Amino acid sequence: MTRFNLDYVAGALPLLWDGMQTTLLLTVLSLIGGLTLGMLLAVLRLSRVKSVALAAASYVNLIRALPLLLLIFWFYFLVPLWLGRPVGGFTSALIGFVLFEAAYFSEIIRSGIQSVRRGQIFSGLATGLTYGQTMRAIVLPQALRNMLPLLLTEGINLFKGTALVYVVGVRDFLTAAGIIGTRDNTLVPMYCLVAVVYFLLCLAASLSVGRLQRRYAL
Amino acid sequence: MIVVEHLSKSYGTTEVLTDCSTAVARGEIVVVCGPSGSGKSTLIKCINGLEPFDAGRITVDGVSVADPATNLPKLRARIGMVFQTFELYPHMTATENITLAPIKALKRPRAEAVARAHALLERVGILEHADRYPANLSGGQQQRVAIARALAMDPIAMLFDEPTSALDPEMINEVLDVMTALAQDGMTMIVVTHEMGFARRVADRVVFMDQGRIVEDSSKSAFFDRPASDRAQLFLSKILQH
Repeated sequence: MTRFNLDYVAGALPLLWDGMQTTLLLTVLSLIGGLTLGMLLAVLRLSRVKSVALAAASYVNLIRALPLLLLIFWFYFLVPLWLGRPVGGFTSALIGFVLFEAAYFSEIIRSGIQSVRRGQIFSGLATGLTYGQTMRAIVLPQALRNMLPLLLTEGINLFKGTALVYVVGVRDFLTAAGIIGTRDNTLVPMYCLVAVVYFLLCLAASLSVGRLQRRYAL
Repeated sequence: MIVVEHLSKSYGTTEVLTDCSTAVARGEIVVVCGPSGSGKSTLIKCINGLEPFDAGRITVDGVSVADPATNLPKLRARIGMVFQTFELYPHMTATENITLAPIKALKRPRAEAVARAHALLERVGILEHADRYPANLSGGQQQRVAIARALAMDPIAMLFDEPTSALDPEMINEVLDVMTALAQDGMTMIVVTHEMGFARRVADRVVFMDQGRIVEDSSKSAFFDRPASDRAQLFLSKILQH
């Protein structure tokens, strides 16, 4: 059996780093896509036009009711049949994550916006700002502060959730560690290492969000 | 300058304003009073279009508020409003609260807006708190910042919606003093308030409302010395006892 020590980990590092890059890239792209689409959905859902609000609400309810895995499989297996060419593991996973996370982010953003008192909107409008200016300068900055803790939780969920991509053959951090562990019969220490790395990254994220919150506390 | 004609408004089947008409001339100070739920706040929120209404007509300086062609942000920029709950922006300092609208809506250069904000803060007596956040100001100080914020747009009229109702008693006067000074400078003002002392000192006219109707609209002396309606007499006897 291979000895699990620092030299061994150093040797495994290039493969692990490759996997970590995939994990981080997938997380960041899904975050950007999910937040953008989520913001759009939240605004649509708060629209005074009933049909627009209903369409956004239906999307959220539908996506929330489906397993994430199903969404990824949908793009990996079914969409290629219709397109006539493969979509690829990374792309199907990314699309699945964006569509899925957008539903959750939109609910967080919506409740954040609704947590700002109506009087603040009145106050902005009364000084002659347009509705858009009032939203951007007054409502959203306050809403963002209120939703930070939930956004962090959902972001961490997403980060850990990206490990699902092994099912469509994408080699993320966890998969890379698994491959090395199986090859060298070091699965147990490798998975322990993976756990520690995930834990430290999530801890760092929550500490920095905590600092951000204290700095911008109202 | 502000003309309200046959204004009516309901929420569903509840009528909150019924056939209200009044007019405010340039430089006039009108106090609106009456029991809670009589429609006072709704009435003044209709004047700058924050509340839509069902029937009637409001014009401000000749511009019809409900006309779809009216540029509401532009109209509102000319009417200052002060709220019962101050509604300062909690994520901005006092100065930033005041400069936001002049910079965004009037496109004033930042330096000019800041200089003006500081001048206004001095006028309301709290220049030393210019860089504080609302959470670090007392209620009276917050309301004075809110008044300065409204004045920064150089309004042609000011609307006050129960500006002292949320204040501790010892802070009421610091706000009323600022309002009195404003009135003496010739500002056109509509003030919804229960402060009858302020009304006696400063108002030109008093509008008394009850159950969504304007019951009395008379000169200050006529209202306080010989109120015509039973409802106003009852209101005054209750409110002036202490």
